[in-house]
Amino acid sequence: MSTATPLLSVRGVTYRYPGAAADALHDLSLDVRAGEFHAVLGPNGSGKTTLVRVALGLVAPDTGAVDLAGRRAADWPRRALARVVGVVAQREDNLFPQQVRETVLLGRYPHLSMWGAERPADQAAVTRALERCDALGLADRWIWTLSGGEYQRVRLARALAQEPSLLVLDEPTASLDLRHEMEMFELVRTLVDRHGLAALMITHHVNLAARFADRVLLLADGRSAAQGVPAAVLTHDTVERVFAWPVAIAPFDDRPQMIPLRQPKESA
Amino acid sequence: MRRWLGLGALLAVAFVGAVVLGPAHVALRDLASSDIVLSLRVPRALLALLVGGSLGVAGASLQALVRNPLADPFLLGLSGGAGLGAVLAIALHVAGPWALPLAAFAGALGAMALVYRLGLVGGAQLDPRVLLLAGVAVGAFAGAITTAIVSLAEAADLRNAFLWLWGGLSGASWDTVLVMAAYIPLPLVVLYAAARPLDLLALGEEPATHLGADVEPLKRRVYIAASMLTAAAVAVSGVIGFVGLIVPHITRLVWGHRHRALLPAAFLAGGALLLFADTAARVAVAPRELPVGIVTALVGVPLFAVLLRRWGGAGARA
Repeated sequence: MSTATPLLSVRGVTYRYPGAAADALHDLSLDVRAGEFHAVLGPNGSGKTTLVRVALGLVAPDTGAVDLAGRRAADWPRRALARVVGVVAQREDNLFPQQVRETVLLGRYPHLSMWGAERPADQAAVTRALERCDALGLADRWIWTLSGGEYQRVRLARALAQEPSLLVLDEPTASLDLRHEMEMFELVRTLVDRHGLAALMITHHVNLAARFADRVLLLADGRSAAQGVPAAVLTHDTVERVFAWPVAIAPFDDRPQMIPLRQPKESA
Repeated sequence: MRRWLGLGALLAVAFVGAVVLGPAHVALRDLASSDIVLSLRVPRALLALLVGGSLGVAGASLQALVRNPLADPFLLGLSGGAGLGAVLAIALHVAGPWALPLAAFAGALGAMALVYRLGLVGGAQLDPRVLLLAGVAVGAFAGAITTAIVSLAEAADLRNAFLWLWGGLSGASWDTVLVMAAYIPLPLVVLYAAARPLDLLALGEEPATHLGADVEPLKRRVYIAASMLTAAAVAVSGVIGFVGLIVPHITRLVWGHRHRALLPAAFLAGGALLLFADTAARVAVAPRELPVGIVTALVGVPLFAVLLRRWGGAGARA
């Protein structure tokens, strides 16, 4: 394993929402390094999105610490942080109609001066980002004409236009069909392998996370149920316990794959 | 470039029209020496330009801030507050040339402070949806008090108050022009500096944060600067509706939604629209004069209906 400073380092973080009865995150630790694809799995309400918010410095942990590229998350000015971390959030709006190239150009904001215009280098970065996401052909389309899969690729391109070292993706394949799910995972894998990015992806796809990710964090009630390489984390007992449903685990391409069973067992 | 030249030409035509046309006939060759032109029409045209421009910019910024393309600068309760201040000054017969504008300005600032306070959720975050609702509530409350005062006022005061509430530029003088010209650059610069982050805000607050915008300070700056512009406009010219609503939509059709182009275009287009409307208000029933807010409403509402249909069409495609 690389010994370089992790791009994201979460150490012993506990966070409780004001007025909540239980911790949303409890004593959680996580390192994401350059060239590493890290997936976070867990049932609904297990703290996946809270983890993202804490990791990005949007929420301050009650105890523990979060560092981004060696600097305390809360100490980063947002513009400077946006040059290091690109985020594909779960949701976004489109208040006004936009074209694809325009919306990707918004990713250049952290690189622009307050009064200056976009430079040729910014347009070049947009083109490069669109190319990497196989979305250059969409550049002149209006956002509303895109399919769900195309739109997600465009959003990823916008994050890449920021030229970040770390990509954070919160359920980027939600409501996408098989082909577009696979394309998104392949794309993230390629970005990590070819361009040395670090990726942290929240996902519900146990099997795709097992196939594509280097490391997996399995969350249950805000705690780490297991953490490490997919084969070590996605074991029969752990997956059954965390997701509260009987499963079978079978290896495929040296990676564990999960098959949910039809009936809950009497004991479960 | 062609669009800017076109807008410049439109503005020039509007300005010349405002100076040349009027209930009193002034021969073209006497324009430069006519007292009516120099001390009435020119300052009035300049004031129309500044007020219309301010309302256009305030409307465009607020629509981005509350993330609602149907927002109007007066929707945030400022007109109610300003109206209350003005009507109080009229009913109490406060004397002096600046009494009415100052009272209206104070009323608008009071409403702004109240709406802002209500819009701060949990004392920390400015919630644009709450801001909008607070604006409507404060405006309605101020409107009720205003109506109570007007209904108890004497007939002459009532007419004055009524005319003021519909807006007009008949109070224009070189003094008001200079005060406006000295006042509006600061809020205009603040809003222009926020142009790029406002583009990001259209995606939502959290996506804007991820792209590098400091969303909380941004919202506060934009709200206060846009409200200060609106408060000044309402102080010198009463409640002139629809300019702040319509102008951003028209300019968005031509310049797109990017605020670095949209805000300057909204200023020039707002100025041109109000110049045309004020000329019409002075000429249509000469020698009497219509409140200019009636003209902007008569033009604005049908235009708005057309835009709504277009907008609905775009939404249906989304």
